[in-house]
Amino acid sequence: MVNVKNKKQPGSRIVIEGELTIYTALELKDKLLTGLSANEELELDLSEVGEIDGAGLQLLVMIKQQAAILGKVLRITGHSPVVVELLDLSGLSGFFGDPLLIVRKPT
Amino acid sequence: MIPDEYLQTFVVECRELLEQMEEALLSVEQAAEDPEIINAIFRAAHTIKGSAGMFGIDPIVAFTHAAESVLDRVRSGEIVMSPELAALFIAAHDHLSVLINLVAEGSESNSDIDSNGKSLIAQLETYLGETVAEQAESSGEVPSVHQSKLEREQSDMVGTDHWHISLRFGPEVFRNGMDPFSFVRCLSSLGSIVQLVTLIDAIPAAEQMDPETCYLGFEISFSSDADKLAIESIFNFVRSDCLIRILPPHSKASEYQRLIRELPEQEMRLGEILIKCGTLTQEELENILYLQSERKDEQQQLIGEVLVEQQLVSQPVVEAALEKQKQVKENKKTEASLIRVDAEKLDDLINLVGELIIAGAGTNLIARRAKMADLIESTAILSRLVEEVRDSALALRMVPIGGTFNRFQRVVHDVSKELGKEIDLVISGADTELDKTVVEKIGDPLTHLVRNAMDHGIEPAELRIARGKPVKGTLKLNAYHAAGSIVIEVSDDGGGLNKEKILSKAIERGLITAGTSLSDKEIYNLIFEPGFSTAEAVSNLSGRGVGMDVVRRNIQALRGSIDLDSVEGQGSTIRIRLPLTLAIIDGFMVGVGNAAYVIPLDMVVECVELRAWVGDGGDGQYLNLRGEVLPYRRLRDHFEVEGDTAQRENVVVVRYGEHKAGLVVDKLMGEFQTVIKPLGKLFKGEKSIGGFTILGSGEVALIVDVPGLMAQVEHERVENEMALAATSK
Repeated sequence: MVNVKNKKQPGSRIVIEGELTIYTALELKDKLLTGLSANEELELDLSEVGEIDGAGLQLLVMIKQQAAILGKVLRITGHSPVVVELLDLSGLSGFFGDPLLIVRKPT
Repeated sequence: MIPDEYLQTFVVECRELLEQMEEALLSVEQAAEDPEIINAIFRAAHTIKGSAGMFGIDPIVAFTHAAESVLDRVRSGEIVMSPELAALFIAAHDHLSVLINLVAEGSESNSDIDSNGKSLIAQLETYLGETVAEQAESSGEVPSVHQSKLEREQSDMVGTDHWHISLRFGPEVFRNGMDPFSFVRCLSSLGSIVQLVTLIDAIPAAEQMDPETCYLGFEISFSSDADKLAIESIFNFVRSDCLIRILPPHSKASEYQRLIRELPEQEMRLGEILIKCGTLTQEELENILYLQSERKDEQQQLIGEVLVEQQLVSQPVVEAALEKQKQVKENKKTEASLIRVDAEKLDDLINLVGELIIAGAGTNLIARRAKMADLIESTAILSRLVEEVRDSALALRMVPIGGTFNRFQRVVHDVSKELGKEIDLVISGADTELDKTVVEKIGDPLTHLVRNAMDHGIEPAELRIARGKPVKGTLKLNAYHAAGSIVIEVSDDGGGLNKEKILSKAIERGLITAGTSLSDKEIYNLIFEPGFSTAEAVSNLSGRGVGMDVVRRNIQALRGSIDLDSVEGQGSTIRIRLPLTLAIIDGFMVGVGNAAYVIPLDMVVECVELRAWVGDGGDGQYLNLRGEVLPYRRLRDHFEVEGDTAQRENVVVVRYGEHKAGLVVDKLMGEFQTVIKPLGKLFKGEKSIGGFTILGSGEVALIVDVPGLMAQVEHERVENEMALAATSK
């Protein structure tokens, strides 16, 4: 199941653990939006994501777009291998514009 | 998580494909090298592999992949389809259908099947190493290689030699348990994805976005040698949920134009995507868009006509397309012919039909009394029609029990993991139909029984081995119709019940007094007693008492019964009997004294005059029915009816389950359809009466609850026998 931690750090950081899929999408949507509305800068740490599907990807797109609309900064970091794979497949890594390889942790 | 209906579609489709494959294989054995036949086999294998991949059914994918690789080489002429190879493929086909059946039943593969599969794969792989030359050498045959050349029309074509696939997934895709990306991944099994653009344009702003709705779409440039059918077949399972356009390599510009027009995005945006995909060059796009804008003035004209006029496509192509569209429309029609109806409306209808039946019976009675032949005839017709109306009204409520059974696949899967036991679930009789209200209410008691059987019935693996049983336990769910009721069986091949333990437990709980002698059945049925229960239940005695009384209460509330057979060390079977429907029965009316009784017609086997046995009555407990021992009971005695006995008594032979018995009555009054009205609480203790009904004449007739009556008779018999045994001692 999904587990969201809010670490109090400069800016703010949300760590998504476990599934980023249709099963957790509903719950995550709220958490991400709350996280975004409370902070000017938000970092999504995906290093602990074990599974991601189309619904999860959609959610990332949504939050990225929402951040752009609100003029806030959303960074996605620590892409886990499954996330990298899906971004590659979907060709959306350019859309997110986050540095992929540099932040990616060795597995 | 695969929704059942998709899995069903998959199984049905695979079976069809396997049939085609078998047919083709058999004809290959006779008339070897028809490329069409080889192609047919290849396509079947390929489609099965593709759809199995969709569902992640890996054993099928792995196996089909081996077969497919060999077939591919046959197709390209590298290997010859020898009789031996054909025979091997038939074996492979059989193995595949075994695998598909496993999927259909939801059961796991066993080691026999696995090893069979492995040896087949190994045999298939030997063909992969061999080239035609070697094979020709060894067989002495010279293979003929078919080469066909296609000539292409060069005009007005788009330069790319890739397929172009446009996908727009419908909103329900996620909720149906599918992930658009799994289709994309599956696509790579057919060729390589040259370029993929994920369309995120449809994702709405945060507030409007429903995270469980799918907004995704793809434009894919795809390089593959597969044919269109194969590519299309990947999307079989989302076809109804997804907008799919597949354009072959070198398609005409006009087709791209149509594509652009049909897709929901704006023309310019789409055009950019197509360029990004490498499908179109900038120039080609401009050309297409130019044509598009010109066309705008003549929108009234059908697209097909326009295309033909401009000689972009030929008339037959358009006709074929129209035909296709018609088919799609017809498909939609059949889908729409299903309607959802509020269950309450159905209940109302059935109530009304019930009243109609009573009223009809009344009319019938009056007609007979008035002795008007015409009226009798017309009421006969009327009652036949009413009967049909009743049947179809009831059929509306009937649903197959399979849906309920299939839920247990998951339960068994989860619970067996939890318990660390290996357990197979075998389902049979899933097509058996019963009333929807009954289906809804049977789920919980069944879950309870299934969990119990797994938890306490089936032994741990070590014990099973020690007892010489297969390590894997088997749990069976079965349903069938018998004597007007539906029987649902839950059986396991576990340890069975221990009589002594049940007895001592029952005595401890004060359910029976020590020294009471009970039949085996009665002992087993003690576990359904209310006091026999919960946490303290001795674990080895299988805690089967846990809530079993609740199960029985639920079943009895449905006018059903539950009993249990068990052989110690071999397993137990719990049998639930339920009426097919709760509302109406076909009855057989009999008279005793001045009262009328109704016996459910399904249970009536025959009627015999009692006088046939005069002098043979013996002790008044058994009749000799053509050599068969038949316990009997006078309804007059049972219900303590006053009045003189009739001159000619009749015996109605009834059957319930495995039991047969005779009921002695004064008069046989014939078949009678009736609506059951429940008895009031006052009569709750009366087991031999199931309800009552109002006759057309306004009189009340009691409905005999045959099982209840027979249980009572049986009980008395056992008691008598024991008393007898006690006195003879």
